Amino acid sequence: MNTTDSIEKDQLRKDPSRFSIGDTVKVYMKIKEGEKERVQVFEGTVIRKKKGGSRASFTVRKVSYSVGVERIFPLHSPLIEKIEVVRQGKVRRSRLYYLRQLRGKGARIKRKGMVMAYGTEVEETATPEADTEEEGSPDPEAEQSQVQESDT
Amino acid sequence: MLKGIIGRKVGMTQIFSEEGERIGVTVVEAGPCKVTQKKTEEKDGYSALQLGFREKKKQRVNKALQEHFQKSGGTVYYHLQEFRVREIDQYEVGQDISVGIFKVGELVNVSGKSKGKGFAGMIKRHHARGGAASHGSMFHRAPGSIGASSFPSRVFKGKKLPGHMGNRRVTLRNLQIVGIDEAKNILVLKGAIPGANNGILTINGDSRQSDGAVA
Repeated sequence: MNTTDSIEKDQLRKDPSRFSIGDTVKVYMKIKEGEKERVQVFEGTVIRKKKGGSRASFTVRKVSYSVGVERIFPLHSPLIEKIEVVRQGKVRRSRLYYLRQLRGKGARIKRKGMVMAYGTEVEETATPEADTEEEGSPDPEAEQSQVQESDT
Repeated sequence: MLKGIIGRKVGMTQIFSEEGERIGVTVVEAGPCKVTQKKTEEKDGYSALQLGFREKKKQRVNKALQEHFQKSGGTVYYHLQEFRVREIDQYEVGQDISVGIFKVGELVNVSGKSKGKGFAGMIKRHHARGGAASHGSMFHRAPGSIGASSFPSRVFKGKKLPGHMGNRRVTLRNLQIVGIDEAKNILVLKGAIPGANNGILTINGDSRQSDGAVA
């Protein structure tokens, strides 16, 4: 093992989340506001996973108020509390960039078998309204840090 | 006190800070070094320690250097570098110097040889803007005017022009130490460092923090 690898190994999370591309996930992100710390949930479709040891990352896309929002999370970030799989998707690509051109019904992803949830708690079934649950999140200011995609 | 060591650039990666932010870091294999010579005020006019880094076979050096290394125990090194030190009496010839002389959070200056870029033009070498690429423009990457005519009838010294770029000694100041592994002789520094991987570096404690001894 070379030297940089051994340094990266210390940075890896001990509890790697298991999810794959096309899954609908909830990312619980710790956010510090001054002294207080709270958890913000970002729910969307995983459209990309990038490898690279401790530098690995993944991109989650959601459509918020008809504006496409993509956020890139470092997979091993200590700020991620947990990642919960809401629904497993059945896709045939590793990069779902084609979703950017689609909206509405066309942008749906086929479901894959039974619903499983990783993380601390297990949900029985994912209901379709899970999509809209987080839309009215009470923190519009927190979305300023996210990559905003203009309407095409 | 000696706040300097010779190192080798291993490569870059990223680590997570305590706040959870990602920081780009350079991994440096620093030392172990050996004091190969003491330069003293009386004999040499200044006081400094000469350190050796990376052992090599004895038969690879000529007789003169072999004799020089004989005084510090006979181990022959690839790289020698002097570091200015005032308290020279605290050090012995043949003493080992490790990364333990540094602490996490300290600032250091790092010198290395930058990557050679060959003969580079104005845009790459001096960040000139250049002309328009299209719309009938016939001025693209040329340096443009380099001065006026009859007065001064010459080009001023230091005028930025194309030429050789890189492959020179570059010093970066105030790089923060974010990690030290004494067992593996590893120094983790915040940010990038001049030169390619495996390049030899001089790491110096910042003069404003230490006793003012500069190398």
